[in-house]
Amino acid sequence: MELIDTFFNAEVLRRSFPMLVKGLWVTIKLGLVSIIAGLALGLALALLRLYGKRPVQFVTSVYIDIFRSLPLLVLLIIIYYALPFVGIRMSGFWSAMCALTMVSGAYSAEIFRAGIQAIPKGQFEASQALGLNYRQMMFDVVLPQAVKIVIPPLTNNSINVIKDTALASVVAIPDLLKQATQAQALAANPSPLIGAAIIYILFLWPLVAAVSRMERHFGAGEH
Amino acid sequence: MDGFVSIRNLDKFYGGFHALKGINLDVAEGEVVCVVGPSGSGKSTLIRCINHLESFTKPSEIVVDGTAVAPGKSLSTIRAEVGMVFQSFNLFPHLSVRRNVMLAPMRVRGRSAKEAGEQADALLKRVGIAEQAGKFPKHLSGGQQQRVAIARALAMEPRVLLFDEPTSALDPEMVGEVLDVMKSLAGTGVTMIVVTHEMGFARQVADRVIFMDSGEIIETGTPEDIFSNPKEARTQNFLGAVLNH
Ligand SMILES: Nc1ncnc2c1ncn2[C@@H]1O[C@H](COP(=O)(O)OP(=O)(O)OP(=O)(O)O)[C@@H](O)[C@H]1O
Ligand SMILES: [Mg+2]
Repeated sequence: MELIDTFFNAEVLRRSFPMLVKGLWVTIKLGLVSIIAGLALGLALALLRLYGKRPVQFVTSVYIDIFRSLPLLVLLIIIYYALPFVGIRMSGFWSAMCALTMVSGAYSAEIFRAGIQAIPKGQFEASQALGLNYRQMMFDVVLPQAVKIVIPPLTNNSINVIKDTALASVVAIPDLLKQATQAQALAANPSPLIGAAIIYILFLWPLVAAVSRMERHFGAGEH
Repeated sequence: MDGFVSIRNLDKFYGGFHALKGINLDVAEGEVVCVVGPSGSGKSTLIRCINHLESFTKPSEIVVDGTAVAPGKSLSTIRAEVGMVFQSFNLFPHLSVRRNVMLAPMRVRGRSAKEAGEQADALLKRVGIAEQAGKFPKHLSGGQQQRVAIARALAMEPRVLLFDEPTSALDPEMVGEVLDVMKSLAGTGVTMIVVTHEMGFARQVADRVIFMDSGEIIETGTPEDIFSNPKEARTQNFLGAVLNH
């Protein structure tokens, strides 16, 4: 019973619940903004890496590799604590959003690239032969087909972004984890942390399950 | 004499490999030219240069309807005038048959969905598959898919149609339906350049037959000239092999 009182204390959980909900809201906001910006950045990077001029391709691939190697926490701390030394000062929210976007953009770029490269050459040739310009070829023919391929890995990546928002608590953003730690300190009881863990799981489990379903579905449908 | 399609000194290299060796060819407006020759002789490469799916550099030159084929703004104009039908159909799998035909007229010619849709219906009727308009390509037979591809090319109202072995990927029983559509196009004023192994089709429909080997045009003449009185030994050997196999 000691265990339940310590980790699943109903009274503590009830009192901390409003804080956790506020935190969840911040987590969702930060996650969504970063996911959307990361997707846009990733698509742009993928197109530059595939079709840009040689030097542009090179710079893009260096960017992608660097931001896939750099631990997110390190990047976040650099943005929040180091950039102010050169006069770039951002709030915790925007620092976290930048860090998440830059990294998620690098991963999304590789996913988009693989998706585009999976489209048969004949699709590009048929588009060109019909007189479609580059933009029309990409947006009317190639990307609508690539989307089917990239949705499962992009969803995976989005799940990672939402999980990584927890790192933002180090730059004092009142996200779900931060709220939970504060509630824990207030109540001198770790139940709010367990509450936060349960909220993360309840929130992300459906997405994880959806990816598995999509992978099974597309895997079976394509071949 | 310059043709509607005029090819001058066309050289094409793949790395160190000389795929086309100084091709010269003029095709008149409305003419139907069939290109035959052994595998690897450069037939596909030649017609893919005409709409610049394969690049080439000066002094090689191709002119279509007075416009030089070169990268840049004029290329989309040329591509809009030059239709292509591929061996592997290359229909857009995410679009219905009707949408496949409508896409380019809407995007390139700026047609409204209504106009493009009516035109698509008329073209699909013309190639004999009006009732398949709402289906997706994967639900059609190979012969039906290739007829959609022809309708899609026709929707741009091309002055020139390029065919690269349009029946080679088809089951034998479907070859006829595609060739019939192509026959119906010959003589409508559209210039046709057809790479094919269908010697019967070439004999019946071509105004001129071109025999290629090793990146060169070896012999050109009327179907009668090429099939009944080939002059070059290489032409004789090739035809001997394909006609009596
Ligand atoms: N992208 C490429 N890279 C390197 N070599 C190529 C490429 N495309 C074609 N070739 C070579 O150029 C030559 C001509 O090829 P092409 O496809 O034009 O022949 P073809 O006459 O159309 O043959 P087929 O009847 O088999 O289609 C071949 O030897 C081929 O291997
Ligand atoms: Mg070929």
